[in-house]
This record gives sequence, C-alpha cells and structure tokens, in this order.
Amino acid sequence: MTELSVGAARVPTAASGVLRTVVTKIVTAIIVLLCVATVAFFLVRLSGDPVKLLLPPDATADQEATLRASLGLDRPLITQYLDYLAGLLRLDFGTSLVYDQPVADVLLERLPATLQLAAAAMVLALVISVPAGIIAALRRGKAGDTGVMTGVLIGQSTPPFWVGILLILVFSVQLKVLPASGYGTFTHLVLPSITLAAYSVAVIARLLRSSLIDVLSSDYIRTAKAKGLGTGGIVLSHGLRNASLPVITVIGLEFGSLLGGAILTEQVFAWPGSGRLTIEAITNRDFPMVQAAVLFFAAIFVVVNLLVDISYTVLDPRVRLGR
Amino acid sequence: MTAITVAIPTGRARTASPLRAVLRNKLALVAVVVLALMLLAAVFAPLLAPHDPNAQDLLVRLRPPAWMAGGTSEHLLGTDQLGRDLLSRLIYGSRISLLVGASAALLAGIIGATIGLVSGFLGGWFDRVLMRIADIQLAFPSILLALAIVGFLGSGLWYVIIVLGFTGWVSYARVVRSEVLSLRSREFVTEARAIGVGNVTIMRRHLLPNVMAPLATIGTLHVASAIVAEASLSYLGMGVPKEIVTWGAMLANGQLYLGTAWWLAVFPGVALMCAALAVNVTGDVLRDVADPKAYRR
Repeated sequence: MTELSVGAARVPTAASGVLRTVVTKIVTAIIVLLCVATVAFFLVRLSGDPVKLLLPPDATADQEATLRASLGLDRPLITQYLDYLAGLLRLDFGTSLVYDQPVADVLLERLPATLQLAAAAMVLALVISVPAGIIAALRRGKAGDTGVMTGVLIGQSTPPFWVGILLILVFSVQLKVLPASGYGTFTHLVLPSITLAAYSVAVIARLLRSSLIDVLSSDYIRTAKAKGLGTGGIVLSHGLRNASLPVITVIGLEFGSLLGGAILTEQVFAWPGSGRLTIEAITNRDFPMVQAAVLFFAAIFVVVNLLVDISYTVLDPRVRLGR
Repeated sequence: MTAITVAIPTGRARTASPLRAVLRNKLALVAVVVLALMLLAAVFAPLLAPHDPNAQDLLVRLRPPAWMAGGTSEHLLGTDQLGRDLLSRLIYGSRISLLVGASAALLAGIIGATIGLVSGFLGGWFDRVLMRIADIQLAFPSILLALAIVGFLGSGLWYVIIVLGFTGWVSYARVVRSEVLSLRSREFVTEARAIGVGNVTIMRRHLLPNVMAPLATIGTLHVASAIVAEASLSYLGMGVPKEIVTWGAMLANGQLYLGTAWWLAVFPGVALMCAALAVNVTGDVLRDVADPKAYRR
C-alpha cells in the first residue's frame, strides 16, 4: 500500500513536508502518463499498417501512398512520435478515422455517461460494502461474519458482466420492471450501476473488515474500552477513522477496475459511454481514437489516485511528516 | 551444496500440510473435487461430450434443458439457436478457461517472481526502476491493455495467454520482493555469499525455494481472475478466435436469446462461477496453510 505514496519527504515542518510530497507525487503522475502515452503510441504502430486496413484490398500503390501521406504515416517514426507528444501538450489527440472529428471531442461527448455510471456504482458499492465490512469485523467468526465473507467469496468469483446479464434476465425479461438497455432516465441507470458496483463491493468489504480487525485489536482501542466507551462510539470515533486509510487507497485503485469494468458493463447494457466507444474504436481500427482512449482512461485513473494520495497525506500525520 | 539449502525454516508454520488442511475443511474438499472434475472434463472432453460441440442440427434449435417441457434427454442442458448441444459446448469450453487461466497465472508468476527476486535482492536503482514500472502497470486498467493488444495484434489463444500473463505480474513481484528483502540479510544468504556463491545461484537455490509458498497462493488466486478475464475478452469478441468454444463467447451469444432461451446465458455463467469459486477457495486454503496470520484477510 505504501509503495504508492512515493517519496514521502523527510522534512521536519508539516507545511513544507506536504508541499514537497504533493509536488513529488504530481511529477510522478506526469511521468506515468508520459510512459502510458509512449506505450500506447508504439503499441498502435506495432499492430500493423492502418493504411492497408483502411483501403480495399485492390487499392493501387499510388492510392496507398496518398493516404499514407495524408495521415502523416510516411514520416519517420521518431518525427511522428515527437509530433504526437507535441499534440498532447496542446491537448490535440488527432482526428478520428471513423468519425472524422477531433478524437477528444468524441471522447468528451461520451464521457458524462461513463462518469455517471462509475459514480453511481461507486456510491452503491460503498453503501453496501462499508456496513458489510463493519458487521463482519465486529461479529468476527460469528454468523454475520460468515455471511459477509461467503458473499465476498461468491462476489469475487462471479464475472460481473454475467451479473448484468442475469439482472437483465430477471428484471427486464421476466419481471419487465426495468429497461435492459438505453440511457437517459434513472431507471436506465439502475441495472448497469448494480452490475458495475458488483466489481468493487467484495474487494472493499473484505479490506475494510481486515483493516478494522487490525485497528480494533490495537492498544488505543483497548484503552477506549477501558474508559467505558460503547462499541458504537469506538467504531465510529476510533476504528473507522484509522481503518479508512487503506480503504481510501483501495477505493482509488478500485476506480481503475471500475473504469475497466465500465467497458464491459457498457457493452452489456448498450450504454453510450466512452467504454463502448473504445470497443467500437478497437473493432473499427480507429487508431487515433484507441490511442486517445487508452491515455484518457489512464489519465482519469492517475488523477484519481493522485487525489487519493494527496488526501492521504493530509489525513494521516504520519505520512504528512514522513515518519 | 543442495544439502545446505533444504529445511531452512523461514518463520512460517510448515507443520500443516496442504493436504491435511484440505481434508479438514469441507468447503475446500468440495472445491478441490469440483476443480478435479473440471480438469477431467477438459482433458477428456472428446470422450465425455455427448455431441460434437460445433455440430448444428436445425431441427432441434433452442431446445430447453431436459427437465423442462419440450426438452429431450438427447440434449441434457438444451441447445442453442443453431441446434448445438449446450452441455457439449460447456465441456469443451472448460478447456480454454482452464488452459488460459493456468498458463496466464504461470507466465505471470515466472515474470513476477523473476522481477521480484532481482528487484529485492539487488536493490538500488534497479529496484526503484522496476517498482516504478510496477506502479505504471497498475495505473493501466489491465482489461483495457488486454483489449488494446488483442484488438491490434488480432485474436488468438496465445495472444490472450501472453496478454493476461504480462498484465498480471505486479502482485507476484511485490510479494516476492518484500519476502526477499527480509530474507537477504539472513545468515544462509550472507554465508552463501561469503563462500563465493554467485548472485544468480543464490536467487535460484536459496531465495526462490523460500518464496514458493506465497507464490503458489497468489498463483492460485490469479488463475481465477485470469479465467474471468479470458471470459470477459471472449464476451467482447476479442479473445480466442470465434471457432473455438469459450464460456465467454457463449454468454455473449446467450444474451441475444435472453427472451426465448434463458439457459444459453445462465449455464456458461454458472460454469464460470463454479470454476472461479473452486479456484478461489483452494487458494484461500493454500494461503491459510502458508501464512496462518493472514487467515482473516
């Protein structure tokens, strides 16, 4: 867990410590994104000649050369790469081969749907997993714990997109109470967000349980008990606060699997988000679009984790002071 | 030389054997039996499957399972829209799931263990660079990376295995590295170095055997996630080629017939869940044996 909090600076004063840590983290995030952009660029180039795919098989060498030149693919690789990086700095991600529009515009247009889905799923996941984790930790070894851990085990073993298919089968096909696909109203959001939340519920519940168990067996909890504080007070004022740190980190990491899960969930429910757009782009060999989508998902993930890391620094004095 | 390396206690409880732990735990016993049955089904698929999984028979399209009205004992779990036998397809589908799951976990384990060993043992800038690469790898939604690679390189069994192997190494590397960090200053390592044993030999002969237990645990759990990941790719139509029967592709097809033939989208999912569940339970038992302290996680 701590591997992520890069270079906690050993500086005596709190303010400069925070600043230095934050700056280090931002620089690291930028380097990570640069690497991702580079990998995406070369991966796309490795995968074959887009010109051959875009033209019918009987195209002449002349036509190939013209298209190659118009796409800028006739230049040396290094020039293309530097151009691409320069474009990124101007937030210019290229033009979609399919939509014939700037890639960024198409992606941004589809983004709200994905964010709406991911946010709803994250809220739902927390609403279910946090009470489940607390119950399991407090009732350790008893029926409540066994129930939660069985649920966690089943949840971890069930492919979430299949959960989506089952939900459609029950609520759309059999009961006919919720739509199986589409976008726009609250009812459309219900099944996809449950499906996507299924990704994270098990992971968060399991982690909260184990970190709460760790915290509850520590000395200061014993002191609190000795003072005569009730279980509720202990869990709320001491336990959750201390158990929340690793959980917050994992929520940040889970956001990545939520984004990955969104790709599948959007496919199951024909949800018009950026995940579905990515799948379309890969199927259509829309190279600039795929390149941008990969970078885009990585950027969201890196930024969320940067914020998590920074909030961690601010929340936990030990990290803040680099001790 | 080898005589020195055996029986080095690492502080882990080694008294409980995995076999005894499995026998003690009924759930684990069920899981191992399920896993063994699936393995048998995969290996002997041509003998066990009642029909050719790709044989079409349009006279018996979309037949429900045998116990429902309209079902026949000829097709125990029913048929799909082309009249292909669902049970036979499930049996053949287990081959891909288990093969990809095990191979991807093995590949990821080899890559991760090597990186973790080298990183933890050598330390220094080498370690820092490798761990930074691990962070970058984690920053990448692996399904997206897998999609991008398979989408571009084309679909193929080996691509899927390689992609899932290469996207899964980080957790192995981190665990092995942290184990090695605590092992490398132990006497059996420092003394081996003192008598002039080379780095590679130390890593292979002295360190690797001591990290096998956690490696086996992560590996088992990774098989489950690789099975689900392969099914996800196949569901999206980007896994193995379409001619090969996979549970994921069966689910994608089944979703099209949810209104008329629920069994097409239910049974492949049940198979997937059982496989992943059996592997996960086995992995949990392995972990309890390897590291009793971690039992509550």
